[in-house]
Amino acid sequence: MLADKDRIFTNLYGYQPWNLDAAILRGAWDNTKALLALGPDTIIDRIKASGLRGRGGAGFPTGMKWSFMPKNPTSERPSFLVINADESEPGSCKDREIIRHDPHLLLEGALVAGFAMRARAAYIYIRGEYIREAQTLFAAIEEAYAKGLLGKNACGSGYDFDVFCHRGAGAYICGEETAMIESLEGKKGQPRLKPPFPAGAGLYGCPTTVNNVESIAVAPTILRRSPEWFASFGNENNKGTKLFQISGHVEKPCVVEESMSIPFRELIEKHCGGIRGGWDNLVAVIPGGSSVPLVPAEQIMDCPMDFDGLRAVGSGLGTAAVIVMDKSTDIVQAISRISYFYKHESCGQCTPCREGTGWMWRVMERLRTGDADISEIDTLYNVTKQVEGHTICALGDAAAWPIQGLIKHFRPEIERRIVEKQGGGLAPMQEAAE
Amino acid sequence: MADANAIEDTPEIRARWGNFAWSAENAAKAATIRARYPAGRQMSCTIPYLDLAQRQVGAETNTQGWLPIPVIEFVARELDMAVIRVLEVATFYTMFNLHPVGKYHVQVCGTTPCWLRGSDDVFAACKNRGMTKGKTTPDGLFTLTEVECMGNCASAPMVQINDDNYEDLDYDRTVAILDALANGQTPRAGTQEPGRHTVEPLGGPTTLKEMVSANHDYRSEW
Repeated sequence: MLADKDRIFTNLYGYQPWNLDAAILRGAWDNTKALLALGPDTIIDRIKASGLRGRGGAGFPTGMKWSFMPKNPTSERPSFLVINADESEPGSCKDREIIRHDPHLLLEGALVAGFAMRARAAYIYIRGEYIREAQTLFAAIEEAYAKGLLGKNACGSGYDFDVFCHRGAGAYICGEETAMIESLEGKKGQPRLKPPFPAGAGLYGCPTTVNNVESIAVAPTILRRSPEWFASFGNENNKGTKLFQISGHVEKPCVVEESMSIPFRELIEKHCGGIRGGWDNLVAVIPGGSSVPLVPAEQIMDCPMDFDGLRAVGSGLGTAAVIVMDKSTDIVQAISRISYFYKHESCGQCTPCREGTGWMWRVMERLRTGDADISEIDTLYNVTKQVEGHTICALGDAAAWPIQGLIKHFRPEIERRIVEKQGGGLAPMQEAAE
Repeated sequence: MADANAIEDTPEIRARWGNFAWSAENAAKAATIRARYPAGRQMSCTIPYLDLAQRQVGAETNTQGWLPIPVIEFVARELDMAVIRVLEVATFYTMFNLHPVGKYHVQVCGTTPCWLRGSDDVFAACKNRGMTKGKTTPDGLFTLTEVECMGNCASAPMVQINDDNYEDLDYDRTVAILDALANGQTPRAGTQEPGRHTVEPLGGPTTLKEMVSANHDYRSEW
């Protein structure tokens, strides 16, 4: 188990105040000037050496992402850092804890990361529903400005850097980086085609990097403690510590910082009091938020919780939002509810997603009640394959994968319902096609 | 979107809201918001201004607030934007109410993590108080909406009522919160689980135990 001294988010549960004085006593903003004195290239090299991969779901190497930013931005075309705090992936609830209980870790990270990528300012895009959390963040920003930690000559470094908070207004899709940029510009959050990539033309047409809250908030501690320290946790290519969020049918759901690659069983036993009703009662786990395919009990139990380990069982780490389901779960309804989520959140821009998410949900609902024909399982699977990879952003993929995972692992359960309901009779297709 | 209701634009709404303008307090807030974005990029204020306007309408009507068409037009004028550009933003984002809502907007999360922990019971509690999804109670007190994941999954199920979250709910706890609100009281926000602080495992944290009683500095142990 990760030792407490190696935890970055020491006030994760908010037992202590979030404010600047308390955060400084915990180690935040400790001689940040010296970190900046390393210079942008050294900071990026050290983040690269730490093995930090983006904590928002895709797992792209953070240091490499920063290195794509232009080395000589001009005042007419400055660079921006956009911090993704639009945490909306079902199961994910870690950025909320960082923002409401340790916002200064994020703000210091914003300065360090912004400086490393030579950005003029950072916009923290926080989901609109995080109302109290945004109030804390606004207040923390004000504290940091009052102490000279942000703004002109931030931390006495000679570097001018602003941090602004921008509240969204309820749209899952704004967690996609180009939709987030559109939304920041005051438009509907509909993703842009790439290229151009944000590092070339992002916010206001300027070079932009979009990073997850957790990726940014861990950066100062990595620099203070050394890349080797961070890289000492987790398996090769999956380094560091990570906030896991465990929800669903465990005895004690919680958010906890653990070492990457911790086996699933250990994570649940150590922090969650075990599976509700014991390990024999476990049916399936969605290990990385609603977008990743579920993994049946026997495959997940001893799986290392990291990018590669979960890919090996046909799923993904995503945001490390672990949704646990026991045998009381109507597994088809659980996935159908996720299909409804994607139908609700499709931005409507690409036809396969706009039409497909609603179609897939309607068929899922009929599979739930058994009101379908056996052949429709394959039809549904084929449709998920037609949506996947045929949209501008990954929402279409995210809507397809949970259904594919369900069919792959629980086809007998779906078939059982159909047989039970109508003995495998032919189902009317019109309903689904409307 | 197909089930979205038509947006009302009646003479009554025009008469009531046609002269909408920022209150003195909100005019100052609007200026602060605008200063966050570069010159010429005032369009970035669309979402914050719509939120501010909805809150002002809420304050004037003693509800959570909504966005009548003349108010959306006001925001467009403030930002020198075509009305359609603001309207499409107002209709895209779920937090903007395009119809009047009650004093308390009861937004129950029904997405899978909350559903696994019993959000059906939360809906049942709302239903048994006379609420219907998408409707406001006749006394104007409660509007019930099913919302998608609110990011409180480790303390699910939850409801957001106006600006506060109530977490770790069950049927009885939901009833207690709704009763308190109906009686003009302010229930304690956050987890409703006795003995739980925030999102630590119930019964006390398995990690960082020193933090419970003191603002512990771990650096000396590095």
